Amino acid sequence: MSVAENSTNQEGGSSRIGTYLAAHLREYGLLFALIAIMAFFQVVTGGTLLKPINLTNLLLQNSYIIIMALGMLIVIVAGHIDLSVGSVMGFVGALAAVMVVNWDMSIGVTMVTCVIMGAVIGGAQGYWIAYWKIPSFIVTLAGMLVFRGLSLWLLEGQSVGPFPREFQVIATGFVPDILPGGDAMKELVGARNFNMLALATGLIAAFWVVWSGLRQRASNKAYGIEDEPRAFFAARTAIIAFALIFILYKLATFRGLPNVLLTMGVLTIIYAFITERTVLGRRVYALGGNEKAAKLSGIKTERLTFLAFVNMGALAAIAGLVFAARLNTATPKAGFALELDVIAAVFIGGASMSGGVGKIVGAVVGAFLMGVLNNGMSIMGIGIDYQQMIKGLVLLAAVIFDVYNKKKG
Amino acid sequence: MQDTLLEMRSITKTFPGVKALDDVSLKVRSGEIHAICGENGAGKSTLMKVLSGVYPAGSYEGEIHYDGALAAFRDIADSEARGIIIIHQELALVPLLSIGENLFLGNENARGGVIDWRATNQRTETLLGKVGLHDAPTTQVEKLGVGKQQLVEIAKALAKDVRLLILDEPTSALSESDSQALLDLMLELKAQGMTQIIISHKLNEVRRVADTVTVIRDGHSVSSFSASEGITEDRIVRDMVGRSMENRYPARTPDIGERIMRVADWSVYHPEHADREVVRNVNFDVRAGEVVGIAGLMGAGRTELAMSIFGQSWGQNITGTVEMHGKPVDVSSVSRAIAAGLAYVTEDRKSLGLILDDTITRNITLANLPEVASGGVLNKRAEAQVAEKYRKDLGIRTPGVFQKVVNLSGGNQQKVVLSKWLFAGPEVLILDEPTRGIDVGAKYEIYGLINDLAAAGKGVVMISSEMPELLGMCDRIYVMNEGAFVGEMPAAEASQERIMSLIVNE
Repeated sequence: MSVAENSTNQEGGSSRIGTYLAAHLREYGLLFALIAIMAFFQVVTGGTLLKPINLTNLLLQNSYIIIMALGMLIVIVAGHIDLSVGSVMGFVGALAAVMVVNWDMSIGVTMVTCVIMGAVIGGAQGYWIAYWKIPSFIVTLAGMLVFRGLSLWLLEGQSVGPFPREFQVIATGFVPDILPGGDAMKELVGARNFNMLALATGLIAAFWVVWSGLRQRASNKAYGIEDEPRAFFAARTAIIAFALIFILYKLATFRGLPNVLLTMGVLTIIYAFITERTVLGRRVYALGGNEKAAKLSGIKTERLTFLAFVNMGALAAIAGLVFAARLNTATPKAGFALELDVIAAVFIGGASMSGGVGKIVGAVVGAFLMGVLNNGMSIMGIGIDYQQMIKGLVLLAAVIFDVYNKKKG
Repeated sequence: MQDTLLEMRSITKTFPGVKALDDVSLKVRSGEIHAICGENGAGKSTLMKVLSGVYPAGSYEGEIHYDGALAAFRDIADSEARGIIIIHQELALVPLLSIGENLFLGNENARGGVIDWRATNQRTETLLGKVGLHDAPTTQVEKLGVGKQQLVEIAKALAKDVRLLILDEPTSALSESDSQALLDLMLELKAQGMTQIIISHKLNEVRRVADTVTVIRDGHSVSSFSASEGITEDRIVRDMVGRSMENRYPARTPDIGERIMRVADWSVYHPEHADREVVRNVNFDVRAGEVVGIAGLMGAGRTELAMSIFGQSWGQNITGTVEMHGKPVDVSSVSRAIAAGLAYVTEDRKSLGLILDDTITRNITLANLPEVASGGVLNKRAEAQVAEKYRKDLGIRTPGVFQKVVNLSGGNQQKVVLSKWLFAGPEVLILDEPTRGIDVGAKYEIYGLINDLAAAGKGVVMISSEMPELLGMCDRIYVMNEGAFVGEMPAAEASQERIMSLIVNE
């Protein structure tokens, strides 16, 4: 075997852990930062942050950002940016309101039309970016203005609402508890409510994290991929599994699984799978990593770029439906400046401005981190002025950390 | 005896875990051209970085004596102020500024921040005269060819009162005639008393200009000898690789079969200037087990020909036909060209061939992902097995196939690109400058791989600017000049003189 292979085997345990930590500092840093921030707010808000009702709120408040962050991650990995998502989200919400409230159309038709509309909008922007090579910054900046204007026009400057109950449940409803034993648990833990489905979901998710982690580890070992030191692996997996059970247990003692959490969870799993495990996902990373080399390897880079924007548009539409349902009204200002929160979440999650780098899970954690910051500071009664400044500095710090880390490595 | 201008004594430079330089000494006499030779990674650039202050005094062991005194450079500005100027392989000119603006960048002819254009242009003209350039000082650098840009770099060094001029691989991107012009200029500057250091892989050039050669191998200075002792390519190669290279090209018994590919009446126009015909009416064919060379100068249209065949990746208004096994095939997109059985290994592996921040595995499977996937879902186990197979077969030297390719040496990177295309399963491989920027040892391995491909019955088209390489490797050679094929000959009847005369007579 090769010389180098021997040398890695010979290196001592402590230095190996050191180099591993240095190489993966970013990932651990993000997880650690999220935990530290949550712990900090839990203490300074006197325990309010992790109260079941607040936890439920936290998820609902950030759901549309997370949904859009999934699409934005792909756009950014492909080497582009989308500044129009806030406006598109607002426009689709307005369209839904006009269709349901003013035109009395069915909710099913409205939802399908809205998602298709989102995809078409994404395609209309992606077309110029992919096939005409117009910089995405410019095209989506134009889109941001156009769709903000279209929302105003569609709503005639007014708020339209309220929505019928069946529409509101998209954002504010909860999955009914289909499992037995809730009443017994209610007595046992002394809560007013207990939702077994939520707890079961938490346990299954935690089990899955441990199982897939172990499986991954085994296959890494078999193929000589750099191994995460055992202690790190155990600690990381334990923390994530525990956090999943803890959060879902808390939700169980309130009203159970919010519909939105389910949507978000399913979308996150689907997108994580697509980006990490499929040919399509791999090609997007290749496109962002080196477009010319990808093209010369037979990858249809234009079509892929186009699809990334179609996908972003559809996800912005879903976010628009959730947002409108949550507010129970569509306003011309809905989604204003939200694109910046979404983009910030993706960069905090470790994506690179130059493309080719970033993970779905990172983007979701990044969005949560921003969400916890927002929520915690609001509970503390910190003014919006300070909130903005602090969020800005967190974004800057995360990216500086990235760049510094990369230079060193 | 001439005076010594520079003496580096026992330089040792250590990076965490690696001794990049170990007790290296270099002695450059005033007014000579001193060549430094060594394989990639031998420590040449590190040595130059120590000299120029990129690694400041104190970060290395050993002494630098310059111009009769002990020197301790803190940074590049410090060494430049003493007249030591390095011209790097990658040119450091601003393409959209004029020649004059580039020459005095950071050193402007200005009073109180206001640039004196008359003085700038006058001085520029004088300096350009010294390097034999006759372009107007206001010409944008972008509009100049690479050869002229290299001369502008030298003029820029002259503008700074250079005493020791260091040229790092100055001719690696230049055509034959531009290279000759540059070497002539070096000799002329020498005649005017300028001391120069040249770092080069091209041993014939070293032999032509150098007064003294120092060979570095694995961070040690191995030998140093002067023209009077005899500078021969054999001796340099022997010292560089630590063994003698009896035969620089591995032998192969050609076993040539049926015709695989035929390209007929192929014409291509420039993508931006629609009236410029870059490839004119080219016809050629490749047989199974055959290595076909395309000789020509830089800019003859060889890369453009290859890329236009490979999925119309270059040019517009492309006409002509490509046949595989006698049947016309569609090569109008890269994926169709791959499906037709073609592969193109680019001359510019860093920007066109590899995704540098990705792993070896991910680079190797990129052009044929469906092969390691089922139903669009990747099978990472199969992927790792494929990468592992090519690592062994091609001898890619790496701790593991999950290393990023950016960390590999040029030769190993080239093997990754070759692996990618072998995994795509082509019948004909077009190799564009397959050994550019690769050290002697790795070149030999690449040649061996090319022979293996031919032995396996593939057709190989090899584009190269190094004629000895074509003569040593090919069965048949086409000569291309100004977009057209001007000759074809069996390698046995070919010689450098014959190829050059075909080019010159056109």
